[in-house]
Amino acid sequence: MIVIVDYHKGNLLSVERGLAGAGAAVRVTDDAALIRAADAVVLPGVGAFADAAASMEALGQMDAVREAVAAGAPFLGICLGMHLMFEEGLEHAPEGGPNPRGLGFIPGCVGALPRTDSEGRAYKVPHVGWNSVEFGEPSPLFAGIAPSEFFYFTHSFIAPPSAATIAETTHSVTFPCAVQVPGAPVFGVQFHPEKSSDAGAQLLANFATIAREARGV
Amino acid sequence: MLTKRVIPCMDVKDGRVVKGVNFVNLRDAGDPIELARAYDEQKADEVIFLDITATSDDRATTVDLASHASAELHLPYCVGGGFRSVADIRTMIAAGADKVSVNSAAVANPQLITDAALAFGTQAILCAIDAKAVPGNPNKWEVYVAGGRKNTGIDAIEWAREAARRGAGEILLTSMDRDGSRDGFDCALTRAVARAVDIPVIASGGVGKLEHFAEGIIEGEADAVLAASVFHFGELTVRQVKESMRAAGIPVRL
Repeated sequence: MIVIVDYHKGNLLSVERGLAGAGAAVRVTDDAALIRAADAVVLPGVGAFADAAASMEALGQMDAVREAVAAGAPFLGICLGMHLMFEEGLEHAPEGGPNPRGLGFIPGCVGALPRTDSEGRAYKVPHVGWNSVEFGEPSPLFAGIAPSEFFYFTHSFIAPPSAATIAETTHSVTFPCAVQVPGAPVFGVQFHPEKSSDAGAQLLANFATIAREARGV
Repeated sequence: MLTKRVIPCMDVKDGRVVKGVNFVNLRDAGDPIELARAYDEQKADEVIFLDITATSDDRATTVDLASHASAELHLPYCVGGGFRSVADIRTMIAAGADKVSVNSAAVANPQLITDAALAFGTQAILCAIDAKAVPGNPNKWEVYVAGGRKNTGIDAIEWAREAARRGAGEILLTSMDRDGSRDGFDCALTRAVARAVDIPVIASGGVGKLEHFAEGIIEGEADAVLAASVFHFGELTVRQVKESMRAAGIPVRL
């Protein structure tokens, strides 16, 4: 069973249908016990870093996700769900700190997407729309997906560069748009596969395959 | 590189697409989901459902539409029309809408944008602005509300700035002068707003032929272009539009 973490910030139906469409057994839940015991975990992206992190802490989900992943459960964070894989984030952070804490799977702090490039040209933020995803090494998450394929983005914050970056996208700056904790089936994507037409459906199917192969689900 | 978006817009009443739809190979052209699926296949980048239902009782149908859309569609969609409060917006977001657009209610109560952006995130809130040129003043446009019937006297560029400052994630800018004219977008208006705000601007109103779309991006400096009847009547497909935009040097997803 792939568990989709519900932290009470929005509708998770399109993520659920996307994974179910790939033949996976899926359950949306806010129950920490179910999350802890999950074969695989999907953390969708709804709301802002600080609010989502607070909600997850209050529901006991932070530790539950950490325990599931420590026990080997494949993980996919989507948009804000990818941001939450990092140590901390600045979105809706209280003035003067401390910054809200994420799951801490990857070192670094999620910060604002710059509104100008290195030459001072202005860019619109939020970064909304379909942008190309450039990946280097082949990854099972991108199996069957062509290089430079387009995915749908909508965000104002970006993950920091790290050893976990497996794909990048460029707006005002080039930023990580997919990450994998090195050596683990623990992934995150900045874009919304559930809103990204056929390529997005393929990516969700790839994650379902990763989960199936790892845990027999 | 971020591509420029092409967005078909559907007027929906009681859960059905109104204004004629003339699509071949469509089982039920009045079904907004069915139509959106066809646009998805043509590589539309997102779709907008504009609820033109008058009474709040009928809005339940639109909430149903949003929840069907989130289950059935694999592209982002926005629902617009008639939101008066954060509670109204919450119902639609909870049903699965990726974004909502606010218009008259935000003009009457700009705090609605602030509150909604805080509750649901900037990316979820579009501010729709219906603007009309002030006669005799080629660089001034005023905001109209109530479906374009009532002039507020508010400067459209100033209002766009305020909406962005309050947390709107995009401006959906319709030229009342050009809407339905088939003369092309009001590129002067679009450019003025696009330069005034640091959030994306969707150009709307006036498309009649293929080259108008590229004009909206190049001359209007819009981030996205919206049209309704040219798509619904099957005069142009989204794919044709994108091919012509690409030929004009605009990055598009094809």
